[in-house]
Amino acid sequence: MTKTTKNNFITCGMTLGLFVIFGVLSMTGVLGSQYSGLLIPIGIYIILSISLNLTVGILGELSLGHAGFMCIGAYAGGIFSLITQETINPSWLRMILALLVGAVAAAIFGVLIGIPVLRLRGDYLAIVTLGFGEIIKALANNIYLTMDKDGLHFSFASGVTGTDPETSKLILEGAKGIKAPQDTTLILVVVVLMICLVILMNFINSRTGRACMAVRDNYIAAQSVGINVTKFRLIAFTVSAAIAGVAGVLYAHSLTVLAPKKFDYNLSILILVFVVLGGLGSLRGSVIATIVLYALPEIFRELGDYRMLIYAIVLILMMVFNNAPVFISLRERIGVSAPVQKIQGFFKRGGKKTGGADNG
Amino acid sequence: MSFVSYLISGISLGSIYALIALGYTMVYGIAKMLNFAHGDIIMVGGYAVFTAMSTAWCPVWLSVIIGIIVCTVLGVVIEKVAYKPLRNAPPLAVLITAIGVSYLLQNLALLIFGSAARNFTSIVDGMPPFMTVSETGTHFFTAVEPGVQTSLKVSMETFLSIVVSVIIMAALTWFINKTKAGKAMLAVAEDKGAAQLMGINVNSTISLTFAIGSALAGVASVLMCSAYPQLSPYTGSMPGIKAFVAAVFGGIGSIPGAMIGGVLLGVIEQLAKAYISSQLSDAIVFLVLIIVLVVRPTGILGKKIREKV
Amino acid sequence: MAESNILEVKNLSIQFGGLRAVDGLNMTIKKGQLYGLIGPNGAGKTTVFNMLTGVYKPTTGTILLDGQDITGKPAIYINRAGIARTFQNIRLFKAMSVLDNVKVGLHNHMNYTAIEGVLRLPRYFKEEKRANEKAMELLKVFDLDGEAEQLAANLPYGKQRKLEIARALATDPKLLLLDEPAAGMNPNETEELMQTIHFVRDKFNMTILLIEHDMKLVSGICEQLTVLNFGQELAQGDTSAVLNDPKVITAYLGE
Repeated sequence: MTKTTKNNFITCGMTLGLFVIFGVLSMTGVLGSQYSGLLIPIGIYIILSISLNLTVGILGELSLGHAGFMCIGAYAGGIFSLITQETINPSWLRMILALLVGAVAAAIFGVLIGIPVLRLRGDYLAIVTLGFGEIIKALANNIYLTMDKDGLHFSFASGVTGTDPETSKLILEGAKGIKAPQDTTLILVVVVLMICLVILMNFINSRTGRACMAVRDNYIAAQSVGINVTKFRLIAFTVSAAIAGVAGVLYAHSLTVLAPKKFDYNLSILILVFVVLGGLGSLRGSVIATIVLYALPEIFRELGDYRMLIYAIVLILMMVFNNAPVFISLRERIGVSAPVQKIQGFFKRGGKKTGGADNG
Repeated sequence: MSFVSYLISGISLGSIYALIALGYTMVYGIAKMLNFAHGDIIMVGGYAVFTAMSTAWCPVWLSVIIGIIVCTVLGVVIEKVAYKPLRNAPPLAVLITAIGVSYLLQNLALLIFGSAARNFTSIVDGMPPFMTVSETGTHFFTAVEPGVQTSLKVSMETFLSIVVSVIIMAALTWFINKTKAGKAMLAVAEDKGAAQLMGINVNSTISLTFAIGSALAGVASVLMCSAYPQLSPYTGSMPGIKAFVAAVFGGIGSIPGAMIGGVLLGVIEQLAKAYISSQLSDAIVFLVLIIVLVVRPTGILGKKIREKV
Repeated sequence: MAESNILEVKNLSIQFGGLRAVDGLNMTIKKGQLYGLIGPNGAGKTTVFNMLTGVYKPTTGTILLDGQDITGKPAIYINRAGIARTFQNIRLFKAMSVLDNVKVGLHNHMNYTAIEGVLRLPRYFKEEKRANEKAMELLKVFDLDGEAEQLAANLPYGKQRKLEIARALATDPKLLLLDEPAAGMNPNETEELMQTIHFVRDKFNMTILLIEHDMKLVSGICEQLTVLNFGQELAQGDTSAVLNDPKVITAYLGE
């Protein structure tokens, strides 16, 4: 077994193990309700982080609109569930189909957005992805959809008219969002998470993944060895979008109501922070960083309003200490350099072999 | 006459965006980083002026000066503490740090002032509108008589935003092109190493850039809060993003580009709000941006950088 | 029977705005030759390379690779047709391992789809194994097999150059373009490089076109030369004749 495969097994085992342990603790009541309630969101956010890591860490493109793909998945999956609520049973089957619908919808948007956007240079790409994220959110905020015995009625204005009041069912209510059936369970989240993790690991550790990393490291050299830069940028972007869509479907079915304003650039930036802190290209790092950074504010809930402030300060300190050449040499002088690098290495090894060239 | 009225308010809003965008573009040009916290400096400026004006003895003009000074100092401090140590770090690391600073400022404001929006009193509060066109003719600086129909009304805030921005942009252009310090900024933006070898103090030039950019943000903050009087810890966020969009739109790193980008963005936003939909106006602004970038990938005035193979 | 011409360049020119960077170049390279493209700095040599490899589109002229017209075609097409190159400033995939750098070169010679890779179907394992073996073979040729798992960024300069050549060879080209392979090397390393280039030509039946400033290397291995000055051909022919041409000496050393 190669080193990479072994590392991947460790990552999978670690993730699965953590969820099993905490899941059992939750079900037996040992873990209080406050922390139990975190398990499903953490799982969903991990799926988002690893998918964004594909775009930012493996492909090397800064995407600030990832929340948009989550939104598309959430809406596509949610609409599907609501439309088929009476026709498809049992609910787990409907849920699996909804996940596929969400993934495909997000993937389609990934292709549509990727084609014009991926030929832009770094910072321009970032702002355009941010723009798309906001556009998707704004559109979602303004869509109204109802279903009655005649079929679907759709409008952009405030409310749909002309529906038969007896059989009418409200599906999308503009800014009020969507009320999908609550079919997300922890087991489902963990299963989906493990599947996505394995898909991404296998993707990265294949010739497709290598091609993407080659494009990231030196697209001119990649072209010179016959790699179609645009094609692989699009593939990675689309897969990343599809998995974000899956996270969206799980999310939509885990809340009573899902409002589109949740899917704004703040969410995209939050995920980006998880990915960068966990290490670009390192899936294991994304898993750990998401768990720690999501759970931390909850653990310090007693600190009330100060906890977000502390979070921000810790973030700044971490970035400065990790990356400033001043502190890197200081670490060497005090002699903590080796152990710190060992710890960092644990995080970095969780993905394909990416070096210190570009980590956070 | 409606179109003219929307156009004017769009130019006014755009002038404010231009001032903010200038800060973004100058910092990007010289430090090669996107200062995500720039929008939040505006918010801090707004609260500073608000607090000063709420103090009984503080006249309006002094509050404005205090606000601008606070922004300037804040910008320089942030640069020294958070960005300078990372000057040679990978760009993504600096971006995340900037995001951290943004979170920090927002949460500090949240702690100190609470999340409820405050009512900001315009600095030209109580003054008559700059210009009105009514059935009685065109009047300047006179209040409208009750009962008279006006077809066009340009408020003092709108007028002030445009005038102040134009003056500042002219002054900035003069400063960049004609003074030694300004030319040093251009040099450092072009090639940091070479500038240093020419005897330019890179550190103080970068600090000066942040100072000017933040001062501009302070001015923008005063104008913006006067025209749109709701102030909350999240007030700076969206205008910051939009100004960032404007800077990219005009070509990131280009000063005239930021000015043009800002004004255009304001006009597009106002026209979209007026003629298409108020809720979708943000989406339309972004859509226009995307279309422009697809057609001109480096922005309107952006430089095409040929990568050496 | 005449030897086949691997490369035929006729009247090749490129214009950047008002500047004619390359003007009417004619060049013919026979199969198996070691050919040199030399000239003072700024003469347009790398620009010629960029046109040959599809990075730039020529304004006029034709390029025939083994009889096939590749003028103005995109880089990917040209690589598949059979030209591979190294770069003046080494362009390795720095964050990837030495082995992976070569495996990227083998990308188009591996035969499984992305889906087969994700689902880990048998063809993935078969092709990956084959690629691993081929890559290790190539690394062994360049004495890099010991560093296979190391990051490309951590290699010393000389080994990085060799890795770039190995990666280019992995694409199975007909013509190998080396852009200043001896840049930054000391005399010992240059000597070793000369042996490596000879070895590559012999073992892989390769035709090699190189740009170089190091005259020892040029006179040591190149069989024929084209000298470029200000984008135009100054001299062409057998190495010793060209290097003794007074026009060439003047161009390099000045009046």
